[in-house]
Amino acid sequence: MSALRPGQEATLRKGWWRAHKWLLLRRVSQFGILALFLLGPWAGLWIVKGNLASSLTLDVLPLTDPYVLLQSFLTGHAVAGTALAGAAIVTVFYLIVGGRVYCSWVCPVNLVTDLAAWLRRRLNIKGSARMSRQTRYWVLGLTFVLAFLTGTIAWEVVNPVSMLHRGLIFGMGFAWAIVLAVFLFDLFVLRHGWCGHVCPVGAFYSLLAMPSVVRVSAAAREKCDDCMDCFAVCPEQQVIRPALKGADQGIGPVILSPNCTNCGRCIDVCALDVFRFSTRFSNATTPHIRVAQNKEVSP
Amino acid sequence: MARTPSSKLSRRRFLVDTARTASGVLLFGLGVGLYARRSESLPATAIRPPGAGPERDFLGACIRCGLCVRDCPYDTLRLARPEEPVATGTPFFEARKIPCEMCEDIPCVKACPTGALDKDLTNIDDARMGLAVLIDQENCLNFLGLRCDVCYRVCPLIDKAITLEARHNVRSGKHAIFIPVVHSEACTGCGKCEHACVLDQAAIKVLPDKLAKGELGRHYRVGWKEKQRAGKSLVTPDVEHQYNLPEGVEYDYEGEGLKMKQHDTPFADNPLDTLNRKGGKP
Ligand code: SF4
Ligand code: SF4
Ligand code: SF4
Ligand code: SF4
Repeated sequence: MSALRPGQEATLRKGWWRAHKWLLLRRVSQFGILALFLLGPWAGLWIVKGNLASSLTLDVLPLTDPYVLLQSFLTGHAVAGTALAGAAIVTVFYLIVGGRVYCSWVCPVNLVTDLAAWLRRRLNIKGSARMSRQTRYWVLGLTFVLAFLTGTIAWEVVNPVSMLHRGLIFGMGFAWAIVLAVFLFDLFVLRHGWCGHVCPVGAFYSLLAMPSVVRVSAAAREKCDDCMDCFAVCPEQQVIRPALKGADQGIGPVILSPNCTNCGRCIDVCALDVFRFSTRFSNATTPHIRVAQNKEVSP
Repeated sequence: MARTPSSKLSRRRFLVDTARTASGVLLFGLGVGLYARRSESLPATAIRPPGAGPERDFLGACIRCGLCVRDCPYDTLRLARPEEPVATGTPFFEARKIPCEMCEDIPCVKACPTGALDKDLTNIDDARMGLAVLIDQENCLNFLGLRCDVCYRVCPLIDKAITLEARHNVRSGKHAIFIPVVHSEACTGCGKCEHACVLDQAAIKVLPDKLAKGELGRHYRVGWKEKQRAGKSLVTPDVEHQYNLPEGVEYDYEGEGLKMKQHDTPFADNPLDTLNRKGGKP
């Protein structure tokens, strides 16, 4: 590992803007979406009504979280209304751009956990509890079982994701305490704890869009000089290795793991431009074909 | 595959790790489940929007999007915050703060994307959000014999959901008192009466149906209603009741009660009685 902080070398080589391009775009997206929701209650401009559970844009476009709707279905409620269409639109969208784009480009909790991860690196907080990254899928299953058994959407009484988003728009109350708990958990207890290990919302979107089209690819992996900067910044670092180091085993350069959030931070921090946004179809292993495809799909 | 010691070990480790995760998640789930169960008990002062079903069903149907809140023109509805005793994120209102104005087009129901607020509710008069109860008969001004009538006047279904029933004022002996009486077949539970009650604490309150209403035993039949429904008496034959009384005694139903049979003679058995009644009749 270089003596520089992760991403510093990229900044030196590519310039600050190119070394923060996707991060900035992502923040614009996160804050922009939040702003759209807040324009109504704060400025009386009702472009978007509702919250991430279900919203109505410009009085015509319904968008509904398929996860909460599925839980509602499991309680035995026969959904009647625009929510079905809204969930279908959202599902198709994430099937194209990648399920966990919800996490890195939309979810407000990501701002909190990103801050915790950044502070952890800055304050050099080492040590972390041990928890399987599969835990989130167990929690996901649990939320479905609870919905079925209690007949209510039980997860929603504690879900920090909806609590924060709803809180910002409809009044926070004590929701800040839950968000603070998530922040401290990530900062002191478990690295990438909430989003990378526990959150069933992220787990759901991973599964929902398993075959999603847009993926990050280590297209120029032969250039990698093992600086490990991508590993340092990636919230799901286990997804990088097969794509980046798998050439010998015949594994393609596209990161196919559904846990990858498509945040694009690896693209930013790599001084050698190993990564780029691509599609799952550009996963050929021979350099010859890859070069040809790279012309087609520009990031 | 041959069982090498190391593969046995890693299998063991896998099982232990899985058990660890599973038990952690189970414990977590138990906590969430119990907490969710407790938040099903809606406080009596919290009223759900028109068209919401029974609480358990509503908590399975409502996804907590707040679209109903946004489309309520009177800011009646709001979403519960985590620290409130209402299930987090679900819409409700408190009648004493802002009641439901019973919008004719019911925008809250129209806005709901899931059907948690029942789309079949098209006439707001059919809404049953709760039932108003004149709960404090000691402090209600009308009960004290004054003519406040405010709850009666503000009711959107005046003379149907709430009526004034005149009774004799026993205290003054010469006035009437007008008791506000709520009728469950018409009251929507909008809460306008509770909101308007002039007392410091409202004497009339909207309560959830299950708190406000009693229920007759299933086997119970009210005789006169059955008779009316059937168009005739159901007890046959419908003969006048015969009392089984001792000789010389008769029973005046709705009158004097038990009394001795009249004698034919105008004179009493004891002549003194006749004298005491000033020459008169027995
Ligand atoms: S994992 Fe959960 S909290 Fe984290 S960004 Fe994704 S949805 Fe949000
Ligand atoms: S009927 Fe009207 S006032 Fe009552 S809750 Fe619905 S929108 Fe609000
Ligand atoms: S609009 Fe329907 S789903 Fe949304 S908060 Fe209101 S009742 Fe719940
Ligand atoms: S709650 Fe009160 S004001 Fe509303 S319908 Fe019932 S009696 Fe009338």
